[in-house]
This record gives sequence, structure tokens and C-alpha cells, in this order.
Amino acid sequence: MDIPYTVKPRPDTGLFNAKVGIWLFLASEVMLFGALFSSYILERVGAAPGTWPQGLLNIPIGTFNTVVLITSSITVIMSWASLKMNQFNRFKIFQGLTVLCALAFLGIKSKEYKDKFHHYEIWTYNGEHVTGHIKGDPSGKLKPDPYFFDTIKLHALGIEEVEFEADPTQYHEQFPKDKGFVSLESEKEPKHEEIPLTFKVSDIKRLSAFVPAHSTYFACYFTMTALHALHVFGGMIVMAYLWGPGSKMWKTDPERFTNRIEVSGLFWHFVDLVWIFLFPVLYLL
Amino acid sequence: MSNAQPQSSASSTSNDHGGHDVAKDVRKYVIVFITLIIGTILTVLASYHRFPNHSMNIALALAIACVKVFLVAGFFMHLISERQLIYTVLIVTAFFFAGLMYLTLWSMEPNSIIHIMK
Repeated sequence: MDIPYTVKPRPDTGLFNAKVGIWLFLASEVMLFGALFSSYILERVGAAPGTWPQGLLNIPIGTFNTVVLITSSITVIMSWASLKMNQFNRFKIFQGLTVLCALAFLGIKSKEYKDKFHHYEIWTYNGEHVTGHIKGDPSGKLKPDPYFFDTIKLHALGIEEVEFEADPTQYHEQFPKDKGFVSLESEKEPKHEEIPLTFKVSDIKRLSAFVPAHSTYFACYFTMTALHALHVFGGMIVMAYLWGPGSKMWKTDPERFTNRIEVSGLFWHFVDLVWIFLFPVLYLL
Repeated sequence: MSNAQPQSSASSTSNDHGGHDVAKDVRKYVIVFITLIIGTILTVLASYHRFPNHSMNIALALAIACVKVFLVAGFFMHLISERQLIYTVLIVTAFFFAGLMYLTLWSMEPNSIIHIMK
């Protein structure tokens, strides 16, 4: 059975069916991400003063990833434009570049995630808290730079001290010092190197990597960026298929193939739109 | 992969974007791309600037994001010259999205639970 209106426009809508379908799907996606943004706004406004982390994400890497995604947006539209101009070889180049951009985006995102999984914050019983990396303990039971370490595992090891390298810049230093935040060095001096510190385990109230359990902020960050990355991954699979085996359709039904590229491109642009909001909201504000 | 040219031209597809028009549109796409990159750089630079009120940082970043969204949706997704049905779908979506955001802002009024719980 032939699927109707894959090429010719349906008389009542004036559009081929897949285009109506993708726009209805994107409408539902707007509400999905809208609900997540709404939750984010409520969590952020509802957070106690000074408790919402800022500056914990790598802005240069996030900016570069944004450029990668924007670049993929123009390559995907150029791949469609190439087909419209009967330039199949150019289509292959641009579609291939789009897939490479998607791979690059996911690779960079994975690197960002990995960096967070062995980056820690320690809260002490006297109200201080410091971010940095675990460098081990004097007895050697605790290996340097462990991943997904936490307070329960720390106590299970039976060690007395934790050697820690504090970040040169502490995110909470922008808030008033009388809130109990630790001040690591003179503010007049530039901060470039990590600062070695040693904590007694008995003084540590909580230890957490930058994982969803760390804070509401990171729960929001991982939920929203992971869902977005899942969309990037799905789009990448579809576009890789259309670049490879799916492109055979160009020889038999070029108009339908061009429409497929247009529809997958619409999805890809939506993924780009979501990131346009995610980047400033999570990285910059 | 061969550079096979099919018998029927893809430039005569069902939508309104003929091959000749698309060739002219490519220049537009490049301009939009450059504008998006500039917008991204501006967003980052503006975030480093400390305005008297942090709300101004938020407003500026969201304003730039809205311009970028308009460019992507308008030109890359062809929304500036789309069929009525697509506009209808998006108007309904925008209505519910605006309703969601209104409820969100409504719940943040000074007497709301999220402020009392702080």
C-alpha cells in the first residue's frame, strides 16, 4: 500500500503529510521542554539565597559547543538546498558535516559530563564548603580523582583525612562572606592554581561529586542537557541513515527524498532552538 | 556514492521552494549563520558584564536568545513563508506555552509557597 501525499501536497492542507506530522511533533516537544523550563524557573526562584551554584560549568567549552550546533544548522539547511538544486554530491558533503557536528557536540558534552563526575564539593560541620578535586589520603586507601565518590563511601573506607585541591575560584565567593563561605586567599591576588587543603573526615558533613544528587541545580542541568543530548543522538542517527543507505532513494524518488531531508532538518533546527535557550540559562545566568 | 542525476528534477517538489529560489536563499542562510554566531558571542560577553541588577543580565540574554530563535525558525525552518496550517498549529502551541509560563510566573508572587519555604 502506498503512503499518500509523501510528495504531492494534500489538497486540504497544501502540504505533504510528513511536514504536517513533524510540526505536530515539534509542537508537543515545545510543551515538553516548556515544562522543564517552567520547573527550572520555579526551582531557581525558590532556592534559598546563596545556595544556587553559578559558574560551575565551563563557559568556553559550552560556547564552542553552541557554535558547533549552529554550524550544524547551516550545514543541514545547505544539504536540503543542495538537493533542491540537484547537487547530490554537495548534499553528501553537507549532510556528512552535519553528522560530524552532531558527533562533535555529543563528544564535547560527554567530556563535560566526565569532568563533573570527578569534581567535588565538601561541606563541613562548621558551615564552610569548598569545591575542587580529591587527591587521596595519607594512608593511600583513597585513590586520586575518584569518580562518583560520596560521603557514604568516604566513611566506609575508614580513613581519617582527605587531601583536597580546592578550585582557585569558588563559585560561592560572589556571595557575602558572612554566610559561612570559606575564603581561600587574598582577593587582590589573581587565582590560577588549585589550593591544597586537608580535611579531617570527622569534620566533613557532606561530600558530593557534581552529579544530580549534588544539588537541584545539577539535577536540572543533567535532566535538561541529557534530554537534549538524546534528541541530538536521535537526530544524528536519522541523518546518518539519510546520508548513507537512505540516500539510495535519490535515484528512485528524488522529491520524496528531498522531503525527508527537509523534515529531518526541521527536527534538527528545533534541537538547535532548545540549545539556544539552554546555553544561557544553564551556563551564563 | 555516484553522482547520479535522476530523471525527474527535485526542483519541482511540492512545496514552494524551487531550485532557482533556493539558490538565492543560500546567501540568506549564510547571513543568518553569521548573525547567530555574533549573537552567541554577544550573549557570552554580556553575561560577564555586571549590570546593577542581575535581572538585566537575564533579560538581555533572553532577548538575544529570542532574536536567534526568530532567525532559526524564520529562515532555516522557513516559518516566514509557511502554509496557514503550520501557523495554526504553532498559534495553538504558543497559546498553551504562554499559559504554562503565566502559571509559572503567577506561582512566584510574593505570597507564594516557594518564597515562604525559603
